[in-house]
Amino acid sequence: MFDLEGFGHLLFQGTLMTIRLALVSLVFGLMFGLIGAAMKLSRFRFLRIIAGVYTALIRGIPELMVILFIYYGGVILLNNFAGLLGYDRYIDVSAFGAGVAALSLTFGAYATEIFRGGIRAVPTNQIEAARAIGMSPATTFRRILLPQVWRFALPGLGNTFLIILKETALVSVIGLEELMRKTDMAVGYTKEPFTFFLFAALIYLAMTAVVMWVQQGLEKRANRGVSGRAVT
Amino acid sequence: MNFDVMIEALPDLIGGLWLTLGLVALALLAGFVIALPTALARLSRLALLRWIAWSYVFFFRGTPLLVQIFLIYYGLSQFEVIRESVLWPILREPFWCTLIALALNTGAYTGEVFRGGILSVPHNQIEAARAIGMSPATAFRRIIWPQTIRQALPAYGNEMILMVKASSLASTVTLMDITGVARTLAADTYMPIEIYTMAAMIYLVLTFVMSQLVQLLEWKMDTTRARA
Repeated sequence: MFDLEGFGHLLFQGTLMTIRLALVSLVFGLMFGLIGAAMKLSRFRFLRIIAGVYTALIRGIPELMVILFIYYGGVILLNNFAGLLGYDRYIDVSAFGAGVAALSLTFGAYATEIFRGGIRAVPTNQIEAARAIGMSPATTFRRILLPQVWRFALPGLGNTFLIILKETALVSVIGLEELMRKTDMAVGYTKEPFTFFLFAALIYLAMTAVVMWVQQGLEKRANRGVSGRAVT
Repeated sequence: MNFDVMIEALPDLIGGLWLTLGLVALALLAGFVIALPTALARLSRLALLRWIAWSYVFFFRGTPLLVQIFLIYYGLSQFEVIRESVLWPILREPFWCTLIALALNTGAYTGEVFRGGILSVPHNQIEAARAIGMSPATAFRRIIWPQTIRQALPAYGNEMILMVKASSLASTVTLMDITGVARTLAADTYMPIEIYTMAAMIYLVLTFVMSQLVQLLEWKMDTTRARA
């Protein structure tokens, strides 16, 4: 059905770069999400305001704009900042670095709300009970809070990761050689845009299907021991 | 920060705002028209209709919007049949191609939102409507649809805001929307921070106004309000 005219390996390299970008962004995004949720639930008003501004900004500005800002503006900000610290060599921002920064900040903003909802869904008397039988705050977090928050947050996190996976395509705009960029290169040689963009679309569909399958497995595992029906 | 550059950029960026607004409004309108039959087809008794609607939704929700735009704008030119058809004057224009991609994209997402809304209507209401002699069409118009739209409004409002953000991809096929103007200005002035900050602020205002409008609509449609 598809005659890739020897450009298959190019698209394969691009796919690997797309996967790497998505996974690295996921790791940093989860960190931003946990920090954001902790700030939003903090006692300190200042922290709550900062987290609120962060999520409002990310949700109101197009991702493409965030990517462009970080790639072109980030270089200037970073070098000015380094200059203030007395470092006068030019620092370059890679397309991959800018892409990870933009995508993980986006993921983090959505994950902040998801984690916040998950943490609030755990009844407070469970925390009190854990403390009452002598668990330290750290142990309470690890044994009582985290497993349940993970269970509540998984569906939302999976959906957000699917969004991020598709947004990796936008990083091609600043020149990262991921799947879209490589496809573009193949189109330049073969002059067969429909064939190649459709093939790229099918690769994205396949990646989406794999993520959905992994998500289902993780949800099943997180929900083990939990009855499907409400216990009343 | 050079504030003079920011102020000077404002008129140009506002010029791009009209294209953004036009794309979003037309895409939402067309998407709405596509979404309703899609939702109904997904819930149809006919397996073929269900399968077609499912494939459409799966493709447009599972692939990046950028691929969809490129597939329509660059991809269709591969076929001589299309290049020689009467539609070619439309299909070679970046504006129409972006609009088609945005409309098909939001149509798929909105279709799922509507499907959820339709499913939320209790089945015994539909049976009751049929029992007192309403035709399926009347039952849909009077019983199902008003509840569907009320149920779906928060999610549909989200989709409207996502469309504003998605329209920024128009700049990848040379259109001069807010993002397109900003990219050109940033390249000309070498002041990306000032220009992109200004453009981001316009988007923030736009998405904020949009979310307020949706909330107002939700408030107006809330039938429980009068009772309280």
